[in-house]
Amino acid sequence: MTDPTPFRPLESGSQPPLDLPSYLSTAHRHPKAAAIRIPTTLTESSAPRFDPAWYAPHDDLSVVEGRAALGERIIVAGRVTDENGRPVARAMVEVWQANAAGRYRHPHDRHDAPLDPNFLGRGRVFTDAEGRYRFTTIRPGAYPWRNPGPGWRPQHIHFGLHGTGFAQRMITQMYFPGDPLLDLDAIFQGSGDDAARQRLVSVLDPALMIPDHALGYRFDITLRGRAATPFENA
Amino acid sequence: MASATASQTAGPYWHLIDFPDWADLLRAGGPNAGAAGARIVLGGTITDGAGAVVPDAMVEIWQAGPDGRYDSGFHGFGRCAADAAGRYRFVTLMPGPVAGPGNGTQAPHVTLTIFARGLMRGLVTRVYFAGDPRLPDDPVLALVPQARRPTLLARNAGAGEWQLDIRVQGEGETVFLEV
Repeated sequence: MTDPTPFRPLESGSQPPLDLPSYLSTAHRHPKAAAIRIPTTLTESSAPRFDPAWYAPHDDLSVVEGRAALGERIIVAGRVTDENGRPVARAMVEVWQANAAGRYRHPHDRHDAPLDPNFLGRGRVFTDAEGRYRFTTIRPGAYPWRNPGPGWRPQHIHFGLHGTGFAQRMITQMYFPGDPLLDLDAIFQGSGDDAARQRLVSVLDPALMIPDHALGYRFDITLRGRAATPFENA
Repeated sequence: MASATASQTAGPYWHLIDFPDWADLLRAGGPNAGAAGARIVLGGTITDGAGAVVPDAMVEIWQAGPDGRYDSGFHGFGRCAADAAGRYRFVTLMPGPVAGPGNGTQAPHVTLTIFARGLMRGLVTRVYFAGDPRLPDDPVLALVPQARRPTLLARNAGAGEWQLDIRVQGEGETVFLEV
């Protein structure tokens, strides 16, 4: 049987290190030994197919049972492509975030900002044939955390993606342009080189805005790509 | 060529996308309900470099069906939240051996990925099944130094239960893979 086309190794500088001293929680959680590089086998080349019949889409986080959440309503949309520029079609995109006051609907979030009964903070959408996704939400607030620095995380939305190979599985965060906390955030600042950081910042996009209804931010996501030609068998 | 978007930590509040029934790949009404094969329970405890448990980990698995294929109908994906004691637990079917590089064969295995606060990228490892006669011929295990291979071998605890503890850092550190 033909070997699967391998994924190209990630470019140096495009990804954060596991050992990031400015982010205290990495201290006891980063492996000391280097990961062992393995060939792309069927296991890494294949990926779960998330049928919306089993994984129901939920593309409007700004409303619960017809009641609007508090905060600035926004459209977030973009394209998921791979490093070769090909759209990643039918990818499952999961998102989760704090509410407008910077509070997560989570039992461990002790921030004394108010919960919003009309905001749950999670969504699930699928890309179309061109790799496009889109959802409606509320702009999240900044929230405090215990880490040296300003003690507040910049506003962000968590994204989780599955591609066409399990080797592409990725979790990231989308930030907002001009957020002054970005310059001070250990996680954002520790995320690879300057270009890598800039890719995490969404763009205010007039084309996505809905007059008298919502602002729009574009956040394009690039997953790993496969090499142009399969490597020879060892 | 474009560069891949940087990974970011899942943080402590990822449970907003935790759906506990996803840890049971054989769940009633789910994509594998009624699938034939040997039911197994795969579980263990995740600890960090200080010996503390990792109670906030998101654990995901991806595996072939009992026929060793990824495309023949078995939905081999699961997600589990570690509990307060750092334990994960999946209910699934024993995967079959999978085609490997060249004309080789990979021993039955489950890919396991960990995301958590303090992990800027997901950690990827594999779970193999101790005692499987195909282990000596597995092309991925062959890349792992002999002394560290046991960190990838789940122990048969009887009655279909397989146990593999995961140490993300320090003595007995689990082998993680760059895929």
